[in-house]
Amino acid sequence: MSGVLVETKNLKKYFPHKLGFVHAVDDVSLKIKKGETLGVVGESGCGKSTLGRAILRLHEPTDGDVLFGGKSILHMKKGDFRKIQTNMQMVFQDPYSSLNPRMSVNELIAEPLKVCKTVTGRTAMAQKVRETMELCGLPERYNNIYPHEMDGGRRQRVGLARALVLDPQFVVCDEPVSALDVSIQAQILNLLMDMQERNNLSYMFITHDLCVVRHISNDIMVMYMGQVVEYAPKKEIFEHQAHPYTKALLSAIPTTDLSRRNRQRHVLKGEVSNPINPEPGCRFAPRCPYASDKCKEPQVLTEIAPDHFVACHECCK
Amino acid sequence: MEKLLEIKNLYVNYKTDEAVVHALNGFTLDVYKGETLGLVGETGAGKTTMCLSTLRLLPEDIGEVVSGSIKYNDIDIMKASKNQMRQLRGAEISMIFQDPMTSLNPIMTVGEQIREVLDLHYPDMPPKKRDTRVDDIMKLVGILPERKDQYPHQFSGGMKQRIVIAMALVSEPKLLLADEPTTALDVTIQAQILELMKALKESFNSSMVLVTHDLGIVAEFCDNVAVVYAGSVIERGSIEQVFSRVKNHPYTDGLFNCIPDLTSEAKRLTPIPGYMADASNLPKGCKFADRCVRCREKCKETEPELQEVDKGHFIKCWYADERSGET
Repeated sequence: MSGVLVETKNLKKYFPHKLGFVHAVDDVSLKIKKGETLGVVGESGCGKSTLGRAILRLHEPTDGDVLFGGKSILHMKKGDFRKIQTNMQMVFQDPYSSLNPRMSVNELIAEPLKVCKTVTGRTAMAQKVRETMELCGLPERYNNIYPHEMDGGRRQRVGLARALVLDPQFVVCDEPVSALDVSIQAQILNLLMDMQERNNLSYMFITHDLCVVRHISNDIMVMYMGQVVEYAPKKEIFEHQAHPYTKALLSAIPTTDLSRRNRQRHVLKGEVSNPINPEPGCRFAPRCPYASDKCKEPQVLTEIAPDHFVACHECCK
Repeated sequence: MEKLLEIKNLYVNYKTDEAVVHALNGFTLDVYKGETLGLVGETGAGKTTMCLSTLRLLPEDIGEVVSGSIKYNDIDIMKASKNQMRQLRGAEISMIFQDPMTSLNPIMTVGEQIREVLDLHYPDMPPKKRDTRVDDIMKLVGILPERKDQYPHQFSGGMKQRIVIAMALVSEPKLLLADEPTTALDVTIQAQILELMKALKESFNSSMVLVTHDLGIVAEFCDNVAVVYAGSVIERGSIEQVFSRVKNHPYTDGLFNCIPDLTSEAKRLTPIPGYMADASNLPKGCKFADRCVRCREKCKETEPELQEVDKGHFIKCWYADERSGET
């Protein structure tokens, strides 16, 4: 298909553990088109961050393949991968621990340029840093300021500037706004969307906040314990969600809409079970209100409507 | 309705090496019996400071109550003796802290930690009865009493928060201060915990102050809401009054506008411009003036008082009667 920038095929990442393997990412296939955003939602520990990191090869995947612009990046020569790597960047969750406290804002933003050498020459580099800072809403007087002197929102702008200074095509945003206050969160979300429009960026947006994901994404992927349980365009997920976990997740979000106040909530019982050597079959079954014997068989992602995939035998009938 | 807690014009400062931080500036709030009050505000607005001052747990030598009064029933918290305070804390007023990962003692079993509250406050209660109380409360919060000999690290985040809640509720307090009890948890677990707290609060007929920055949680779990900005309450009213958005403080209005919600089709969010006022160097007029769309000359000069715009609905703004969104 044309226009697809990033694609994974049956991507797996297992971490060794003394009792076996932690199945952090299990058989995930996805496609992100140019200029679009894929939102990845799930509870903590469901493997969404690992997935983001595996796509960038920050964690070497156990199995499966990652394609960038149609080329597999897993079996590439080191030199070739280095070149492609500048096109794929990441914005980290915690603006407090992801910046080196001993570097000033200017040094922090110039660092990727020095490492990747996409721009050479001192004046050109300074120019690039200045432009990026301006784009990200950092006035020039911040040049010589250190991270501890800034609040969370401004630090996250620096984190974003560090990713964007290389002019990437694809950015993995790992919960970029969850550590921020709502009024600052809105500023950063607007900035991310402006950047997307301007540079035709593709995002993979990892979050546990469904309201944020609805705002920013084109497609949404819901993960549970390393597996994809539902994958569909945004509209489908919010209007015709099928998987019991997605339903529970959506009804659990508190909203400010008073008319929804006394709605019937599907409050889930129990908690996420152990991801070490999980049983075959649906991993959500222990918490699922509709669980039956059929759930012990492996569930296959099935297309129930155009581009709407669900891994649940109940929903596919 | 009867007042349970009455905070009047409270000023609290934190002294640091560089500056004096004005954490609370004329904080006034009443909590009524049986009420669930949502306390909303951004980081640094003074929500936690309010809880700590109520329990007189401000860090010694750094935090200081400059003026104002706090009354619980008929006890003046500011003047109460150390002994009296010890009687209140945990027994009459309990607090649930934000982070369940760090607020439990890692080298005590969870059963002992819950029981400790009873050991301290009810030394006359027969030990057998204390044991049954611990078992009962564990069942209530949804943890098998057989697990009481386990240590905190053997529990997940949601389970730990249940234990913290059990500790806070085992003495059946009259007032529960919950400081962001679900911020560290996932949404599905958050829903479980909040439902649980609501049910327990009702069965003990206590009052609860739920501190949060999530307006959605307030809308679904509270009766009333107070919005805090730069150390004072800027709006107080019932959920219907505040969330119907007929009359609001411009800051509350701004908060509503910057949350992406599940129904709106807006392409861009409208953030509140600027950043929160620096608490060590506050402006002399309205603290929100710099970021406010309704700001006029008067706002920069004199600070407004809380005024009643409807019965029980208070707004701290000179132009409180202006409709939301009007500029």
